[in-house]
Amino acid sequence: MTPPPDNTLASVPQRSIFAHTDGAGGSLPSWAPYGAFVGALVFCAAVEAALGWFTIALMLVFGALVAIVAIYGWSRAVEGRRRAKDRAITMAIATAFGIAMAPLISLLYEVIKRGVAGINWDFFTTTSRGVVGGGGAEHAIVGTLIITACAAVISVPIGIMAAIYMNEYGRGPLRRALTFFVDVMTGIPSIVAGLFAYALFELFLGPGIQLGIMGSLALSVLMIPIVIRSAEEVLKIVPNHLREAAYALGTPKWKVIVKVVLPTAFAGLVTGVMLATARIIGETAPLLVTTGVIDSMNTDPFSGRMQNLAVYAYNEYRSPGVMKQASYDRAWAAALTLIAIVMILNVIARLVYRRYRTEIR
Amino acid sequence: MAQFDTTTNAGQLLAAASGGRRRRGDRIFSNTAVIAAVTILALLFGVAAFLVGEGLPALTASSSELPGHESFISYAAPLAFGTVLAGVLAMIIAVPLAVAVALFITHIAPPRIAMTLGYLVDLLAAIPSIIYGLWGIFVLGPAAVPVMKWLEEKLGFLPIFEGPASITGRTMLVVGLVLAVMILPIVSAIAREAFSQTPRKLQEGAQALGATRWEMIRTTVLPFGKSSVISGSMLGLGRALGETMAVAIILSVSGGVSFNLISQANPSTIAANVALNFPESSGLAINLLIATGLVLFAITLATNFLARLIIARSETE
Repeated sequence: MTPPPDNTLASVPQRSIFAHTDGAGGSLPSWAPYGAFVGALVFCAAVEAALGWFTIALMLVFGALVAIVAIYGWSRAVEGRRRAKDRAITMAIATAFGIAMAPLISLLYEVIKRGVAGINWDFFTTTSRGVVGGGGAEHAIVGTLIITACAAVISVPIGIMAAIYMNEYGRGPLRRALTFFVDVMTGIPSIVAGLFAYALFELFLGPGIQLGIMGSLALSVLMIPIVIRSAEEVLKIVPNHLREAAYALGTPKWKVIVKVVLPTAFAGLVTGVMLATARIIGETAPLLVTTGVIDSMNTDPFSGRMQNLAVYAYNEYRSPGVMKQASYDRAWAAALTLIAIVMILNVIARLVYRRYRTEIR
Repeated sequence: MAQFDTTTNAGQLLAAASGGRRRRGDRIFSNTAVIAAVTILALLFGVAAFLVGEGLPALTASSSELPGHESFISYAAPLAFGTVLAGVLAMIIAVPLAVAVALFITHIAPPRIAMTLGYLVDLLAAIPSIIYGLWGIFVLGPAAVPVMKWLEEKLGFLPIFEGPASITGRTMLVVGLVLAVMILPIVSAIAREAFSQTPRKLQEGAQALGATRWEMIRTTVLPFGKSSVISGSMLGLGRALGETMAVAIILSVSGGVSFNLISQANPSTIAANVALNFPESSGLAINLLIATGLVLFAITLATNFLARLIIARSETE
């Protein structure tokens, strides 16, 4: 059926249907928002220079405000009230985004600038044992790796098996309880996890106990829910027809999971575990109460205190020695090392996912 | 998957024929999965049980036995107040920004760069809290000093800006700002998820009626994402309440209850108080700290529970 010819529409110019009738009907050039922003910046810079108190932060903030007002006025004159409001709010949202990103840029800049000052060969190859106002963080780096590795060894099998339970087996009250309590667990404050590990070990080993493995247990409480969440996500997207094909061949369920489901989800599982590791590797508070502070190397998580990078950074800041600045430099160097580890884990996780994920059609 | 249990008869027959070896494999594997699930429930139960067990001595002790000779309530109440004040302040600052960030990424930035921007925001969440603390005390705090002085001069009639303005920047306002930066990625991730799931039909319908982009966002995207933004804010609040290191490093504490955001004298928070005092404590003082940890656990639990409730209700609608 052909629509009736619509002569009335064709004779009317397009513009009057879609343009907003409250304006003059014109429209701003495509560069208008950028132009307004740059213009506002220049204006504010000039005003500040004239007043004699020039700061970049102030210029950007006032510049954005002036730009919002300017684009509103300009657009209102040319395009009308509604388009003007749209443009002003768009610019306000972009400004808010800029404000939200500013701390990230400032933080990365400061960590790199200040961290580089404290980074040298000694930082990675010596401990702080018996050194006054110097030394390195080798013991803290080794400690971080050991504590985190132990936490991963505890969390990954439990987390992935629980995710398998939730996705492949679970039904009824246990599954519902698990879904709910994993959500609850995600919200446990890290310091509470540390207090829990302390309370548990204190009961058996007496007060004042501090061990590397206690820190690992505290971190596991934080890591397990993250592992379950991410593992559940990737198991969920393994297509059912793969499972059905395997069942049709008479394969028992456990073999279907081990040989079909897990390999298909493998890249996603690895990525999830790496991101979870990155999330807990910088935890400070739970380790402060469980693994303690120590100057020398300890590679045995089951005996004695164990240092780690985050607590090391905190301690260098909180109790700087005789040479305050050197101590602060080391705190920043530890922060830089920590951020580098976290970023590397994040990047590798993404690369693994991109390179090895199974194409699911 | 449930639907296979009725269709695997053939497999089960085969398994039975081969002497039940496969069945045993199945049993072991499924039992392991159940054990993992139960372990997690036990772990969570253990967290609550051990905190109660170790906190109880402080809860039942008379005030003369406790360090500082004050009752548990008068010890914990100012800390709980500080915790909630810092958390709510962070939420008030972070939520509008997080909504703007989410809108920018889903509806305003060119799609080509939107993914990269989303990744950048997620990066904020990956930065360890100790680094936020160092940044807050060395960078943001000093930078905020002149601003706080200005606030005291111009807005000093408000109780929150009463002053005297701190000259070190170790104030509740700076803590709130740093916590806001820390929870922003959490809130914006949840808002982003909801905004990007707004049905296309609604959005295109609004635009077909001649709505500008903002009118489209206001009439379709924001109403659709409202409950997610609320629950995301609650989750962010939960995170801010439990945040330890940034507060412990930045805040200069004096105890007491005060709404003054820019002075040198601030109430501490539960988490920061534990981190600051735990290493030097022993005996009943440890029990006292664990008991405050229990209070924190209860507060965050209630917050998260509320958030999940809002999510669940919006899902059934």
